[in-house]
Amino acid sequence: MIDVIIIGAGIAGIDTACNLHDAGYDVLVLEKEKSMGGNVQHWSTLFPSKRNAHEVISYYTEQVRKRGITMYLNTFVNSIKKQDDGSFEIHTSREVSFKCKSVIIATGYSLFNAQRKEEYGYGIYSHVLTSADLEKHWQKQSAEFVSPTQKPLNKVAFIHCVGSRDEKSGNHYCSKVCCVTAVKQAITLKQQSPHTQVFCFYMDLRMYGPGFEEMYREAQEKWGIQFIRGRLSEVAEHIDGSLQLKAEDTLSARPFKISVDMLVLMVGMESQKSTAMFAESCNITCASNRFIQPLDHHLQPNATNVEGLFTAGACIGPLSVFDTLNHSKSATLAVTSYLK
Amino acid sequence: MKQFGFATSKSRTIEYEKINSALISYIVENEPSFSSCMSCGSCTATCSAANLTFFNIRRLNMQIRLGEFENIRQEIDKCMLCGKCLLVCPRGINTRNVIMLIKKGLVTFNLVE
Repeated sequence: MIDVIIIGAGIAGIDTACNLHDAGYDVLVLEKEKSMGGNVQHWSTLFPSKRNAHEVISYYTEQVRKRGITMYLNTFVNSIKKQDDGSFEIHTSREVSFKCKSVIIATGYSLFNAQRKEEYGYGIYSHVLTSADLEKHWQKQSAEFVSPTQKPLNKVAFIHCVGSRDEKSGNHYCSKVCCVTAVKQAITLKQQSPHTQVFCFYMDLRMYGPGFEEMYREAQEKWGIQFIRGRLSEVAEHIDGSLQLKAEDTLSARPFKISVDMLVLMVGMESQKSTAMFAESCNITCASNRFIQPLDHHLQPNATNVEGLFTAGACIGPLSVFDTLNHSKSATLAVTSYLK
Repeated sequence: MKQFGFATSKSRTIEYEKINSALISYIVENEPSFSSCMSCGSCTATCSAANLTFFNIRRLNMQIRLGEFENIRQEIDKCMLCGKCLLVCPRGINTRNVIMLIKKGLVTFNLVE
Protein backbone atom coordinates (compact mmCIF):
# COMPACT_ATOMS: atom_id res chain seq x y z
CA MET A 1 0.00 0.00 0.00
CA ILE A 2 1.28 3.49 -0.92
CA ASP A 3 1.75 5.90 2.01
CA VAL A 4 0.42 9.04 0.36
CA ILE A 5 -1.32 9.73 -2.95
CA ILE A 6 -1.22 13.33 -4.06
CA ILE A 7 -3.90 14.44 -6.48
CA GLY A 8 -2.61 17.24 -8.67
CA ALA A 9 0.91 17.97 -9.94
CA GLY A 10 0.81 21.73 -9.68
CA ILE A 11 3.35 23.48 -7.48
CA ALA A 12 1.46 22.52 -4.28
CA GLY A 13 1.29 18.82 -5.17
CA ILE A 14 4.90 18.60 -6.32
CA ASP A 15 6.23 20.52 -3.31
CA THR A 16 4.34 18.24 -0.91
CA ALA A 17 5.42 15.11 -2.81
CA CYS A 18 9.10 16.11 -2.62
CA ASN A 19 8.91 16.96 1.09
CA LEU A 20 7.11 13.72 1.97
CA HIS A 21 9.58 11.72 -0.11
CA ASP A 22 12.44 13.37 1.83
CA ALA A 23 10.70 12.42 5.08
CA GLY A 24 10.86 8.78 3.98
CA TYR A 25 7.34 8.14 2.70
CA ASP A 26 6.25 6.43 -0.53
CA VAL A 27 4.36 8.91 -2.64
CA LEU A 28 2.45 8.76 -5.90
CA VAL A 29 1.28 11.82 -7.81
CA LEU A 30 -1.78 11.74 -10.09
CA GLU A 31 -2.26 14.53 -12.61
CA LYS A 32 -5.16 14.94 -15.03
CA GLU A 33 -3.23 17.08 -17.53
CA LYS A 34 -0.46 15.94 -19.88
CA SER A 35 2.26 17.87 -18.05
CA MET A 36 3.09 18.90 -14.50
CA GLY A 37 3.12 22.47 -13.19
CA GLY A 38 -0.59 23.29 -13.06
CA ASN A 39 -1.72 26.87 -13.60
CA VAL A 40 1.74 28.35 -13.00
CA GLN A 41 2.99 26.86 -16.31
CA HIS A 42 0.81 29.35 -18.16
CA TRP A 43 2.08 32.36 -16.21
CA SER A 44 4.80 34.64 -17.54
CA THR A 45 6.05 36.41 -14.40
CA LEU A 46 5.30 36.22 -10.69
CA PHE A 47 4.72 39.22 -8.44
CA PRO A 48 6.16 41.09 -6.69
CA SER A 49 9.69 40.37 -7.97
CA LYS A 50 8.54 39.71 -11.58
CA ARG A 51 10.67 36.57 -11.62
CA ASN A 52 10.09 34.29 -14.55
CA ALA A 53 7.39 31.75 -13.59
CA HIS A 54 9.21 29.19 -15.71
CA GLU A 55 12.07 29.21 -13.16
CA VAL A 56 9.69 27.88 -10.51
CA ILE A 57 8.39 25.14 -12.82
CA SER A 58 11.85 24.05 -13.91
CA TYR A 59 13.01 24.04 -10.27
CA TYR A 60 10.21 21.62 -9.31
CA THR A 61 10.65 19.50 -12.46
CA GLU A 62 14.27 19.03 -11.43
CA GLN A 63 13.30 18.17 -7.82
CA VAL A 64 10.89 15.48 -9.06
CA ARG A 65 13.48 14.06 -11.48
CA LYS A 66 16.24 13.97 -8.82
CA ARG A 67 14.06 12.04 -6.40
CA GLY A 68 12.56 9.73 -8.99
CA ILE A 69 9.05 10.45 -7.75
CA THR A 70 6.37 8.40 -9.50
CA MET A 71 3.83 10.52 -11.30
CA TYR A 72 0.97 9.45 -13.57
CA LEU A 73 -0.01 12.12 -16.06
CA ASN A 74 -3.30 12.13 -18.02
CA THR A 75 -4.90 10.43 -15.03
CA PHE A 76 -8.28 11.69 -13.97
CA VAL A 77 -9.50 10.86 -10.45
CA ASN A 78 -13.12 9.74 -10.53
CA SER A 79 -13.71 8.87 -6.90
CA ILE A 80 -12.07 8.34 -3.52
CA LYS A 81 -13.46 5.61 -1.26
CA LYS A 82 -12.58 5.44 2.40
CA GLN A 83 -12.15 1.81 3.52
CA ASP A 84 -13.20 0.33 6.87
CA ASP A 85 -9.56 0.08 7.96
CA GLY A 86 -9.09 3.84 7.45
CA SER A 87 -7.17 3.52 4.18
CA PHE A 88 -8.31 4.94 0.84
CA GLU A 89 -9.05 3.49 -2.57
CA ILE A 90 -8.75 5.86 -5.51
CA HIS A 91 -10.50 5.13 -8.78
CA THR A 92 -9.15 6.90 -11.84
CA SER A 93 -9.51 7.03 -15.60
CA ARG A 94 -6.87 4.28 -15.68
CA GLU A 95 -8.01 0.69 -15.34
CA VAL A 96 -6.24 0.13 -12.03
CA SER A 97 -7.31 1.62 -8.73
CA PHE A 98 -4.81 2.76 -6.13
CA LYS A 99 -4.71 2.01 -2.40
CA CYS A 100 -3.08 4.36 0.08
CA LYS A 101 -2.94 5.29 3.76
CA SER A 102 -3.48 8.99 3.22
CA VAL A 103 -4.55 11.37 0.45
CA ILE A 104 -3.56 14.94 -0.29
CA ILE A 105 -5.81 16.92 -2.57
CA ALA A 106 -3.75 19.52 -4.43
CA THR A 107 -6.06 20.24 -7.33
CA GLY A 108 -5.76 24.01 -7.23
CA TYR A 109 -8.25 26.21 -9.06
CA SER A 110 -9.60 26.93 -12.50
CA LEU A 111 -9.92 30.40 -14.01
CA PHE A 112 -13.26 32.13 -14.30
CA ASN A 113 -14.61 31.90 -17.86
CA ALA A 114 -14.91 35.58 -18.80
CA GLN A 115 -17.58 34.79 -21.44
CA ARG A 116 -20.00 34.29 -18.56
CA LYS A 117 -19.77 38.03 -17.95
CA GLU A 118 -21.27 38.71 -21.36
CA GLU A 119 -21.65 42.46 -20.89
CA TYR A 120 -17.82 42.75 -20.84
CA GLY A 121 -17.62 41.44 -24.40
CA TYR A 122 -15.03 38.68 -24.03
CA GLY A 123 -15.24 36.41 -27.07
CA ILE A 124 -17.46 39.01 -28.76
CA TYR A 125 -15.09 41.95 -29.30
CA SER A 126 -11.55 41.23 -30.50
CA HIS A 127 -9.90 43.79 -28.22
CA VAL A 128 -11.14 42.25 -24.99
CA LEU A 129 -8.58 39.96 -23.36
CA THR A 130 -8.20 38.27 -20.00
CA SER A 131 -5.27 38.57 -17.60
CA ALA A 132 -4.42 34.96 -18.49
CA ASP A 133 -4.30 35.79 -22.23
CA LEU A 134 -1.84 38.59 -21.51
CA GLU A 135 0.38 36.30 -19.41
CA LYS A 136 0.37 33.70 -22.19
CA HIS A 137 1.34 36.34 -24.70
CA TRP A 138 4.26 37.55 -22.58
CA GLN A 139 5.32 33.98 -21.93
CA LYS A 140 5.66 33.34 -25.65
CA GLN A 141 7.25 36.64 -26.54
CA SER A 142 8.55 39.26 -24.19
CA ALA A 143 8.16 41.84 -26.96
CA GLU A 144 5.79 44.78 -26.79
CA PHE A 145 2.15 43.78 -26.78
CA VAL A 146 0.30 44.60 -29.96
CA SER A 147 -3.45 44.52 -30.28
CA PRO A 148 -5.04 41.67 -32.28
CA THR A 149 -5.64 44.08 -35.16
CA GLN A 150 -2.21 45.79 -34.90
CA LYS A 151 -3.88 49.03 -33.83
CA PRO A 152 -1.68 51.30 -31.70
CA LEU A 153 -2.64 51.12 -28.04
CA ASN A 154 -3.32 54.66 -26.90
CA LYS A 155 -5.52 53.70 -23.98
CA VAL A 156 -5.81 50.38 -22.17
CA ALA A 157 -8.10 49.54 -19.24
CA PHE A 158 -7.76 46.77 -16.69
CA ILE A 159 -10.95 45.61 -15.00
CA HIS A 160 -10.57 44.18 -11.51
CA CYS A 161 -12.87 41.57 -9.91
CA VAL A 162 -14.14 39.83 -13.08
CA GLY A 163 -15.94 36.78 -11.71
CA SER A 164 -15.00 37.74 -8.15
CA ARG A 165 -17.02 39.50 -5.43
CA ASP A 166 -19.97 39.18 -7.77
CA GLU A 167 -23.13 37.29 -6.89
CA LYS A 168 -24.21 37.61 -10.53
CA SER A 169 -21.27 35.39 -11.48
CA GLY A 170 -22.09 33.07 -8.60
CA ASN A 171 -18.82 33.98 -6.86
CA HIS A 172 -19.22 36.16 -3.79
CA TYR A 173 -15.61 35.82 -2.68
CA CYS A 174 -12.39 37.73 -3.44
CA SER A 175 -9.78 35.96 -5.60
CA LYS A 176 -6.99 37.76 -3.75
CA VAL A 177 -4.31 37.90 -6.44
CA CYS A 178 -6.06 39.81 -9.25
CA CYS A 179 -5.46 43.29 -7.74
CA VAL A 180 -1.72 42.89 -7.63
CA THR A 181 -1.71 41.03 -10.97
CA ALA A 182 -3.46 44.00 -12.59
CA VAL A 183 -0.87 46.36 -11.13
CA LYS A 184 1.96 44.09 -12.30
CA GLN A 185 0.53 43.76 -15.82
CA ALA A 186 -0.24 47.49 -16.04
CA ILE A 187 3.38 48.31 -15.13
CA THR A 188 4.73 45.77 -17.66
CA LEU A 189 2.53 47.31 -20.34
CA LYS A 190 3.80 50.81 -19.47
CA GLN A 191 7.40 49.61 -19.52
CA GLN A 192 6.93 48.23 -23.02
CA SER A 193 4.85 51.07 -24.31
CA PRO A 194 5.36 54.24 -22.22
CA HIS A 195 2.97 56.34 -24.30
CA THR A 196 -0.04 54.13 -23.60
CA GLN A 197 -2.41 55.56 -21.01
CA VAL A 198 -3.38 52.85 -18.55
CA PHE A 199 -6.46 52.76 -16.32
CA CYS A 200 -7.44 50.32 -13.58
CA PHE A 201 -11.13 50.09 -12.63
CA TYR A 202 -11.35 48.72 -9.09
CA MET A 203 -13.80 48.34 -6.21
CA ASP A 204 -11.19 47.99 -3.45
CA LEU A 205 -7.48 47.52 -3.89
CA ARG A 206 -6.40 44.59 -1.78
CA MET A 207 -2.64 44.92 -1.63
CA TYR A 208 -2.20 42.43 1.18
CA GLY A 209 1.16 40.84 0.46
CA PRO A 210 4.82 41.76 0.78
CA GLY A 211 5.79 44.32 -1.83
CA PHE A 212 2.25 44.74 -3.17
CA GLU A 213 1.61 48.22 -1.78
CA GLU A 214 5.02 49.30 -3.09
CA MET A 215 4.01 48.09 -6.57
CA TYR A 216 0.73 49.98 -6.37
CA ARG A 217 2.57 53.15 -5.44
CA GLU A 218 5.13 52.63 -8.21
CA ALA A 219 2.22 52.22 -10.64
CA GLN A 220 0.78 55.57 -9.53
CA GLU A 221 3.92 57.63 -9.14
CA LYS A 222 6.41 56.23 -11.62
CA TRP A 223 4.10 55.05 -14.37
CA GLY A 224 1.12 57.41 -14.00
CA ILE A 225 -1.37 54.55 -14.07
CA GLN A 226 -4.80 55.92 -13.19
CA PHE A 227 -6.96 54.09 -10.68
CA ILE A 228 -10.66 54.71 -11.04
CA ARG A 229 -12.89 53.46 -8.26
CA GLY A 230 -15.95 51.93 -9.86
CA ARG A 231 -17.09 48.65 -11.34
CA LEU A 232 -17.43 48.44 -15.11
CA SER A 233 -21.09 48.19 -16.06
CA GLU A 234 -20.89 47.49 -19.79
CA VAL A 235 -18.73 47.59 -22.90
CA ALA A 236 -19.72 48.46 -26.46
CA GLU A 237 -17.61 48.47 -29.60
CA HIS A 238 -17.17 51.54 -31.78
CA ILE A 239 -17.07 51.17 -35.55
CA ASP A 240 -13.25 51.50 -35.49
CA GLY A 241 -12.92 48.60 -33.05
CA SER A 242 -12.20 50.72 -29.98
CA LEU A 243 -14.27 50.02 -26.89
CA GLN A 244 -16.60 52.32 -25.05
CA LEU A 245 -16.64 51.66 -21.30
CA LYS A 246 -19.33 52.78 -18.88
CA ALA A 247 -18.75 52.89 -15.15
CA GLU A 248 -19.32 55.21 -12.24
CA ASP A 249 -16.41 57.24 -10.95
CA THR A 250 -17.63 56.63 -7.42
CA LEU A 251 -15.24 59.10 -5.82
CA SER A 252 -16.76 61.95 -7.78
CA ALA A 253 -20.19 60.28 -7.71
CA ARG A 254 -20.82 60.64 -11.45
CA PRO A 255 -21.18 58.31 -14.43
CA PHE A 256 -17.91 57.89 -16.33
CA LYS A 257 -17.36 57.12 -20.01
CA ILE A 258 -14.09 56.36 -21.75
CA SER A 259 -12.97 54.84 -25.06
CA VAL A 260 -10.06 52.40 -24.91
CA ASP A 261 -8.14 50.40 -27.51
CA MET A 262 -7.86 47.31 -25.37
CA LEU A 263 -9.60 45.90 -22.33
CA VAL A 264 -8.03 43.38 -19.94
CA LEU A 265 -10.35 41.43 -17.65
CA MET A 266 -8.78 40.26 -14.38
CA VAL A 267 -10.37 36.83 -14.15
CA GLY A 268 -10.78 35.27 -10.72
CA MET A 269 -10.33 31.77 -9.39
CA GLU A 270 -12.96 29.06 -9.05
CA SER A 271 -12.91 25.64 -7.49
CA GLN A 272 -12.13 22.91 -10.06
CA LYS A 273 -15.28 21.12 -11.18
CA SER A 274 -13.43 17.80 -11.01
CA THR A 275 -12.55 18.47 -7.35
CA ALA A 276 -16.21 18.91 -6.50
CA MET A 277 -16.95 15.60 -8.21
CA PHE A 278 -14.58 13.43 -6.22
CA ALA A 279 -15.10 15.51 -3.05
CA GLU A 280 -18.70 14.36 -3.21
CA SER A 281 -17.62 10.74 -3.62
CA CYS A 282 -16.14 10.69 -0.12
CA ASN A 283 -18.24 13.41 1.53
CA ILE A 284 -15.59 16.11 1.86
CA THR A 285 -17.14 19.30 3.18
CA CYS A 286 -16.88 22.27 0.85
CA ALA A 287 -17.38 25.91 1.89
CA SER A 288 -20.00 28.23 0.40
CA ASN A 289 -17.41 29.32 -2.17
CA ARG A 290 -17.27 25.65 -3.39
CA PHE A 291 -13.62 25.27 -2.39
CA ILE A 292 -12.72 22.54 0.14
CA GLN A 293 -13.39 23.62 3.71
CA PRO A 294 -10.35 23.29 6.03
CA LEU A 295 -11.21 21.54 9.30
CA ASP A 296 -9.87 24.52 11.27
CA HIS A 297 -8.55 27.60 9.47
CA HIS A 298 -6.13 28.45 12.27
CA LEU A 299 -5.07 25.20 13.87
CA GLN A 300 -5.57 22.55 11.16
CA PRO A 301 -5.48 24.38 7.84
CA ASN A 302 -4.67 21.23 5.85
CA ALA A 303 -7.07 18.74 7.48
CA THR A 304 -10.54 18.11 6.09
CA ASN A 305 -13.60 16.60 7.74
CA VAL A 306 -12.41 13.20 6.43
CA GLU A 307 -9.66 11.75 8.65
CA GLY A 308 -6.50 10.99 6.69
CA LEU A 309 -7.50 13.23 3.79
CA PHE A 310 -5.62 16.53 3.55
CA THR A 311 -5.37 19.55 1.26
CA ALA A 312 -2.44 21.50 -0.15
CA GLY A 313 -2.71 24.78 -2.06
CA ALA A 314 -5.53 26.63 -3.76
CA CYS A 315 -8.11 23.81 -3.58
CA ILE A 316 -9.08 25.49 -0.26
CA GLY A 317 -9.57 28.90 -1.88
CA PRO A 318 -7.70 31.50 -3.91
CA LEU A 319 -4.01 31.66 -2.96
CA SER A 320 -0.92 33.32 -4.39
CA VAL A 321 2.13 31.26 -5.34
CA PHE A 322 3.89 31.88 -2.04
CA ASP A 323 0.76 31.26 0.04
CA THR A 324 0.29 28.02 -1.92
CA LEU A 325 3.83 26.88 -1.16
CA ASN A 326 3.44 27.72 2.53
CA HIS A 327 0.22 25.73 2.62
CA SER A 328 1.86 22.76 0.90
CA LYS A 329 4.68 22.78 3.45
CA SER A 330 2.21 22.67 6.33
CA ALA A 331 0.44 19.81 4.49
CA THR A 332 3.66 17.80 4.74
CA LEU A 333 3.72 18.31 8.51
CA ALA A 334 0.05 17.41 8.87
CA VAL A 335 0.45 14.16 6.91
CA THR A 336 3.66 13.08 8.66
CA SER A 337 2.08 13.53 12.08
CA TYR A 338 -0.99 11.56 10.88
CA LEU A 339 1.08 8.64 9.55
CA LYS A 340 3.34 8.41 12.62
CA MET B 1 -41.15 80.02 -29.64
CA LYS B 2 -43.67 78.99 -27.05
CA GLN B 3 -42.03 78.37 -23.64
CA PHE B 4 -43.45 75.34 -21.87
CA GLY B 5 -41.45 75.87 -18.69
CA PHE B 6 -39.29 72.79 -18.90
CA ALA B 7 -35.86 72.01 -20.32
CA THR B 8 -33.66 68.98 -20.91
CA SER B 9 -31.00 68.31 -18.29
CA LYS B 10 -27.33 68.59 -19.12
CA SER B 11 -25.56 65.21 -19.00
CA ARG B 12 -23.71 64.57 -15.76
CA THR B 13 -21.55 61.88 -17.36
CA ILE B 14 -17.81 62.43 -17.30
CA GLU B 15 -16.40 61.84 -20.77
CA TYR B 16 -12.73 61.13 -20.38
CA GLU B 17 -11.86 62.30 -23.88
CA LYS B 18 -13.22 65.79 -23.13
CA ILE B 19 -11.29 66.34 -19.89
CA ASN B 20 -8.98 69.37 -19.73
CA SER B 21 -5.84 67.86 -18.22
CA ALA B 22 -3.67 71.00 -18.21
CA LEU B 23 -3.82 71.58 -14.45
CA ILE B 24 -3.37 67.96 -13.36
CA SER B 25 -0.35 67.55 -15.67
CA TYR B 26 1.18 70.75 -14.29
CA ILE B 27 0.68 69.71 -10.67
CA VAL B 28 1.99 66.15 -11.12
CA GLU B 29 5.01 67.49 -12.98
CA ASN B 30 5.91 69.85 -10.14
CA GLU B 31 4.69 67.73 -7.22
CA PRO B 32 4.93 64.07 -8.36
CA SER B 33 3.74 62.78 -4.97
CA PHE B 34 0.26 64.07 -5.89
CA SER B 35 -0.29 61.07 -8.18
CA SER B 36 -0.05 58.68 -5.21
CA CYS B 37 -3.28 59.97 -3.60
CA MET B 38 -5.66 57.13 -2.76
CA SER B 39 -8.59 59.33 -1.72
CA CYS B 40 -8.52 58.31 1.94
CA GLY B 41 -9.80 61.72 3.08
CA SER B 42 -7.53 62.20 6.08
CA CYS B 43 -6.54 65.63 4.67
CA THR B 44 -10.17 66.72 4.70
CA ALA B 45 -10.82 65.20 8.11
CA THR B 46 -8.12 67.30 9.72
CA CYS B 47 -8.78 70.49 7.73
CA SER B 48 -9.98 73.52 9.72
CA ALA B 49 -11.53 75.08 6.61
CA ALA B 50 -13.43 71.84 5.90
CA ASN B 51 -14.75 71.90 9.45
CA LEU B 52 -16.37 75.29 8.88
CA THR B 53 -17.06 75.47 5.12
CA PHE B 54 -17.61 73.26 2.05
CA PHE B 55 -13.88 73.33 1.33
CA ASN B 56 -12.79 69.75 0.67
CA ILE B 57 -9.23 69.14 -0.46
CA ARG B 58 -9.85 65.47 -1.26
CA ARG B 59 -12.66 66.50 -3.60
CA LEU B 60 -10.46 69.20 -5.14
CA ASN B 61 -8.12 66.40 -6.23
CA MET B 62 -11.00 64.68 -8.05
CA GLN B 63 -12.09 67.94 -9.68
CA ILE B 64 -8.56 68.71 -10.86
CA ARG B 65 -8.39 65.27 -12.48
CA LEU B 66 -11.75 65.84 -14.15
CA GLY B 67 -10.75 69.33 -15.29
CA GLU B 68 -13.64 71.00 -13.46
CA PHE B 69 -12.30 74.36 -12.43
CA GLU B 70 -15.44 76.23 -11.44
CA ASN B 71 -15.60 74.83 -7.90
CA ILE B 72 -11.82 74.98 -7.47
CA ARG B 73 -11.83 78.70 -8.26
CA GLN B 74 -14.54 79.31 -5.68
CA GLU B 75 -12.99 77.14 -2.97
CA ILE B 76 -9.23 77.49 -3.21
CA ASP B 77 -8.90 80.69 -1.18
CA LYS B 78 -10.54 79.10 1.84
CA CYS B 79 -7.31 77.17 2.49
CA MET B 80 -5.27 78.90 5.21
CA LEU B 81 -2.08 77.00 4.35
CA CYS B 82 -1.78 75.70 7.91
CA GLY B 83 -0.34 72.41 6.61
CA LYS B 84 -2.18 70.00 8.91
CA CYS B 85 -3.21 67.96 5.84
CA LEU B 86 0.46 67.60 4.97
CA LEU B 87 1.16 66.18 8.45
CA VAL B 88 -1.56 63.51 8.28
CA CYS B 89 -1.26 62.36 4.64
CA PRO B 90 -0.40 58.63 4.73
CA ARG B 91 1.28 58.87 1.33
CA GLY B 92 3.38 61.88 2.33
CA ILE B 93 1.94 64.16 -0.35
CA ASN B 94 3.04 67.77 -0.01
CA THR B 95 -0.54 69.03 -0.06
CA ARG B 96 0.45 72.61 0.78
CA ASN B 97 2.60 72.70 -2.32
CA VAL B 98 -0.35 71.25 -4.24
CA ILE B 99 -2.52 74.17 -3.10
CA MET B 100 0.16 76.65 -4.19
CA LEU B 101 0.43 74.89 -7.57
CA ILE B 102 -3.35 75.01 -8.03
CA LYS B 103 -3.28 78.76 -7.45
CA LYS B 104 -0.38 79.25 -9.88
CA GLY B 105 -1.82 76.82 -12.43
CA LEU B 106 -5.24 78.50 -12.53
CA VAL B 107 -3.49 81.74 -13.56
CA THR B 108 -0.84 80.17 -15.84
CA PHE B 109 -3.39 78.22 -17.88
CA ASN B 110 -5.88 81.03 -17.83
CA LEU B 111 -8.46 79.00 -15.96
CA VAL B 112 -9.61 81.93 -13.80
CA GLU B 113 -12.68 83.84 -14.86
